[in-house]
Amino acid sequence: MQRFTCPFCGLRDEREFRFSGEAGKTRPDTTRDVSDQQWRDYLFANRNPMGAAREVWVHQPCQEYFIMERDTVTMDVIGHQQLRKDAE
Amino acid sequence: MATNYSAFNLFREALSGHKGWKPAWRSPQLRSEYDVVIIGAGGHGLATAYYLAKNHGVRRVAILEKGWLGGGNTGRNTTAIRSNYFYPESAALYDLSVRLYEGLSRELNYNVMFSQRGMMVLTHSGPEMEMAARMVNAMQLNGTDAELIGPEDVRKRAPILNYRADARFPIHGAIWQGRAGTGRHDAVAWGYARAADQLGVDIIQNCEVTGFLIEGGVCKGVETSLGQVRAGRVGAAVAGHSSVLAGLAGYTLPIQSYALQAFVSEPMKPVIDTVAFSPANGTYFSQSDKGGLVIGGGLDRVPSYGQRGNQPTQEAVLSGLIEMAPALAKVKLLRHWAGIVDVTPDSSPIIGPSGVDGIFLNCGWGTGGFKAIPAGGYLFAHLLAEGRHHEISRPFDPVRFLTGALIDEGAASGIAH
Repeated sequence: MQRFTCPFCGLRDEREFRFSGEAGKTRPDTTRDVSDQQWRDYLFANRNPMGAAREVWVHQPCQEYFIMERDTVTMDVIGHQQLRKDAE
Repeated sequence: MATNYSAFNLFREALSGHKGWKPAWRSPQLRSEYDVVIIGAGGHGLATAYYLAKNHGVRRVAILEKGWLGGGNTGRNTTAIRSNYFYPESAALYDLSVRLYEGLSRELNYNVMFSQRGMMVLTHSGPEMEMAARMVNAMQLNGTDAELIGPEDVRKRAPILNYRADARFPIHGAIWQGRAGTGRHDAVAWGYARAADQLGVDIIQNCEVTGFLIEGGVCKGVETSLGQVRAGRVGAAVAGHSSVLAGLAGYTLPIQSYALQAFVSEPMKPVIDTVAFSPANGTYFSQSDKGGLVIGGGLDRVPSYGQRGNQPTQEAVLSGLIEMAPALAKVKLLRHWAGIVDVTPDSSPIIGPSGVDGIFLNCGWGTGGFKAIPAGGYLFAHLLAEGRHHEISRPFDPVRFLTGALIDEGAASGIAH
C-alpha cells in the first residue's frame, strides 16, 4: 500500500486520495468568446506524461486539493505543493 | 514460405521428428522506405498490417515494435471477447469484431481458440434488473444477441456463484450474450503476425520510434533506434503509450494512462464454463482451458506507466471474486500482472487522423482493446489505405471531442472501464 501526504492531514493511505487532473490548466475566460478548440483542450486534452508529472489530487476525507509531483513509472512521490492562497 | 498448418502436415512433420517446421514469421532488415509504417506490433498493429495487405493490396508495410510482438497489452489481458454495448455506434464496432473473430482461426490458418462460451453480466437488485432489461432491449435493437435471464437460469449456467440467502449481493438475474467468450490472446498476435508476414509485411522487433520526420507540417516518416524510415502514412497503435508518441509528434490526445490488473489462479478442475461479471463486486472471471481462473476487475485509480498493479485494487478485485464465488476463497494465485491502458473521457476508442498530417491514430481502447483487435485492425487499415473513414469507424474520430458528440459507454453500458 502506498501512502501519500495530505498537506492538511499528513501521511495517509492511498485509498483516501483521488486523482483530479493535470496541474496547470486554466479554465477559458467565459466573459469572452471561447472556441471549440479551447474547450476541447481544457476539458479533454492531457499531456499524460511518462515519468515526472504534476497533478492535482484531493484528499477525500478533508477535501483538501493540492498539487502532487510524482513519477508515473516508478510511482515515487517527488513533492507536494499547497493550492491554498493562504499557504505561504 | 511458412508451412500451412493442417492435420496432414502435422502428421508429415511427425514422421521426421518435427524437425522440419519453419519459423512462423521472418526477421527482416528494416528498409528505408515503406508505403505505410505502423508503430506497435500488438494485436491492433498486426491486424492492421494484415488487413492492409489483404483487403487493400498495400504490401510495402512495416510494423515497428519497441519490444517483442504481442508483448504489451495483447499478452496481458483477460481474453474476454464480447459486444454487449449500449450505443448503436459501439455495437456496430464491437460486433464487427466478434464476427471477424468467429472466422479468424480459419482465415489466418492459426487456431486462436475463440471459444463462444457466453458471458453473463449479473444483476443484484430489482432496479438493476430493470436497467438490464433496457440494456438487453438496446442490444437487440442494435442487432447484437442478448437475453435477459433469471436467477434459475444463472444458477444452471454457473452453479459456482454465490446463491446463499445472506449474500451481500444476491443474484437477481443476468444479461446473457451467448456469442461472447474467450480467445487465446497470444495466438491472436501470432496468427496475425504470421499471416501478415506471409503477405510481405516486415515485422521489425526491438526497433523503437524515437521521433517523427515532419517536413512542411506533414509527417514523412519516423526516426527509429535502427535509423530513419520514410513512409507515405504512419499509423500509431501503441495503446497506453499513445501520449508519448503524441509528445514526440506535437499533437495532443484526450487520454490518461492507467494500470489495469489481471490475475490467474493455479489450475484446477472445471468450475465455470462461461464468463461471469458482477458490476457490483467489480470483478469478472472465467476459466482457461488449462484450468486457471482468469480474473479481472477495474482500473487502478492512480495514473501510471508502471506495468504492475497497486494493492487496493488487488484487494477489491479478489474480495469481489470471493463474494461472487465463496467456494474459491482458498484458491491460490499463480500469476498477476498489469498492462498500461489508454483511457478516454467517454470510454470509447479513437480511430482517425492525429492532427498532424500523415499520422493516424488507433488508440483509446482503454480496458477493452483485446476483444476489438480484428475490428480495430480492419477499420484502421481502411483509414490508412483510403485516407478516409470506414462508416463504422467514423463516429470514433477524435473530432468528437471538439463537437461534443461523445459515445459515453462508461456511463451507458456500465462496463468496468
